[in-house]
Amino acid sequence: MDKKRRDFLKIAGISTLAGLGGPAVVDRLVNGTSPVGANAAREYDPDAQGETHKAGAGEHGEAAEGAKTRKRWGIVIDLRKFREDPELAEKAIKVCNYNHNVPHFTNKRHEVKWIWLTEFENAFPEHSQYHKDTKTLETEVLVLCNHCDSPPCVRACPTKATFKSPDGIVGMDYHRCIGCRFCMAACPYGSRSFNWRDPRAGLDMKKINRKFPTRMRGVVEKCNMCVERVGIGLQPACVEVCSESKAMIFGDLNDPNSEIRQVLKNNFTIQRKPSMGTHPSVFYIV
Amino acid sequence: MLEKALRGNKYYWMWLGFLGTFMAIGAICYVRQYNYGLGMTGMSRDVSWGLYISQFTYLVGVAAGGVMLVLPYYIHNYKEFGRITILGEFLAIASLVMCLMFIIVDLGQPIRAFNVMLHPTPHSMLFWDMLVLNGYLFLNLLCGWVILTAEHKEVPPPKWIYPFVYISIPFAISIHTVTAMLYCGLPGRHFWLSAIIAPRFLASAFAAGPSLIVVAALILKRISKFDAGKKAIDKMVTIILYAALTNAFFVCLEFFVAYYSNVPAHKAALNYLFFGITEHGVTYNNLVPFMYGFVILGVIAIALLSIPYTRKKNEFFLGLGCVLMFISLWLDKGVGFVLGGFVPNPLEQITEYYPTPNEIMITIAVWCTGFFILSILYKIAVKVEEDIHG
Ligand code: SF4
Ligand code: SF4
Ligand code: SF4
Repeated sequence: MDKKRRDFLKIAGISTLAGLGGPAVVDRLVNGTSPVGANAAREYDPDAQGETHKAGAGEHGEAAEGAKTRKRWGIVIDLRKFREDPELAEKAIKVCNYNHNVPHFTNKRHEVKWIWLTEFENAFPEHSQYHKDTKTLETEVLVLCNHCDSPPCVRACPTKATFKSPDGIVGMDYHRCIGCRFCMAACPYGSRSFNWRDPRAGLDMKKINRKFPTRMRGVVEKCNMCVERVGIGLQPACVEVCSESKAMIFGDLNDPNSEIRQVLKNNFTIQRKPSMGTHPSVFYIV
Repeated sequence: MLEKALRGNKYYWMWLGFLGTFMAIGAICYVRQYNYGLGMTGMSRDVSWGLYISQFTYLVGVAAGGVMLVLPYYIHNYKEFGRITILGEFLAIASLVMCLMFIIVDLGQPIRAFNVMLHPTPHSMLFWDMLVLNGYLFLNLLCGWVILTAEHKEVPPPKWIYPFVYISIPFAISIHTVTAMLYCGLPGRHFWLSAIIAPRFLASAFAAGPSLIVVAALILKRISKFDAGKKAIDKMVTIILYAALTNAFFVCLEFFVAYYSNVPAHKAALNYLFFGITEHGVTYNNLVPFMYGFVILGVIAIALLSIPYTRKKNEFFLGLGCVLMFISLWLDKGVGFVLGGFVPNPLEQITEYYPTPNEIMITIAVWCTGFFILSILYKIAVKVEEDIHG
């Protein structure tokens, strides 16, 4: 079967699904693919993180009654808006880099990235097409950590230096990380960076953000979904710079009345590599 | 018994001095890496494990390979292996020390290594790997030492040691299985995501470890009175052959699955390793020569070890066959397996890895440390044997 036909079938299948179930299906995609019920039933305990991946994808939203009391932060990225305003993505990257003192090195080997632009086919290798439509060809996609609901990086980490918080954010403890980079091998999205050298050498120390720590060499880092902002009720920095155009929408995936859930209900969204069973919390509207 | 390591002829000291020189150079290189960070190596965001971890993976196999002597001797009472089992146990010790050193030099924050024990994390395979590796190291130190001491005193080994010897057999299997699980349980790394990784690791380990032991036995026969015995060596060569053929069979299966199913993600790493990938007009093939080496040397080694003349009549060819086998399997597992798994990266881009001179020197130094320890341990074992048999 050629790629075009396969994709046609895929899309046809999804549309049938959407046609049959309507918005309910979207609900189910959000809840069903995330074993929130299982997570919600357990008090947060960093030493029990491994349990998360045991919960299968088969659980339904209905089972997730308790989920309403527990948050699961997520982001929808609307690529249409980014096509309209090509500068938007740069802004989002810049503000993240500034906020989190992400170092910049010219040597590609030392690169550290939290959020960056990549080609559509690199972000979504499972969605390859034979002849791409011009829109897709032109689209560069913002990629960042997916804050997976079943994160392989957390499963792999031997020290719990990377962990999943009860609100769904996959965070890092830079002081516990031993720099074994097992999590980097485990992440199917290439979302993680290692500090191959002192990150301060890649920053203009006069212009750093004093409110956020710089890291030491030898530890792993990645997008932290702006825990430091979300914790005090703000939106992630990258979402905030796009707020006018609503190119990025942040919110609680477990709250059926949240804006993000309305967007998910009314739009066809895709996730990166859903077949990996990671249940990403970042969605894309193409 | 340790004092036996302190008496040797001038070649012994020259050999140790030679190894020591590289160890010293490597130590300086490590200090440089420690002060600058792992940016001193050729690793990157895309190829985040390099020579260190690939050597580690290979050496776990060499350590596990010793079980191919312990098992026939203790379980099947194959008496011929009586004198060389100790070589297997001591090889395991030296290999495990190298493994642990390779892990440490690969850590970004080596000082925090104990966090693995302070925050035990049973869902991480690295945690289990640490447990079984240290457990196997302990078992080999204990068994090797107790049994050699008994031999030294010319008494049978104490009864209480046997349970430890028997436990060490499943432990040997487990160290390589858990090491395979570091790789084969990761989503999105299609080259590693294969249930055959653990059996393949074991097969190549059971060829690589005994190969080195045969080479050591042949050398020891020349330079000392330690003679492993023709029968024992011949039996080992049989084991090596079967293990190497099994490994080759498993590699062929990997090829079949990838190319017959024609799933691009499964083919990608094999394409890169064996044929090179061309993307946007650039060809990436820096590992192809190594993989060709693996296949060609492997075929030559298998031939040398199976043709009766080279196997039985000529010790030079026998030794050469074993050396080539060791190198061939090293190219496969100590180079290709780990590095190839990172290409292409999760975003299907290609970044090639070239180790830096500093990194290579550290790698050589760790190998030299291993051989340093091995030489001392073998020296002791040989001396004990010589004292008994005059
Ligand atoms: S995207 Fe990668 S780093 Fe982020 S949570 Fe998922 S597995 Fe972990
Ligand atoms: S590098 Fe740090 S965060 Fe990643 S697995 Fe190792 S200890 Fe955990
Ligand atoms: S959510 Fe925060 S940390 Fe993540 S990419 Fe956006 S700004 Fe950066």
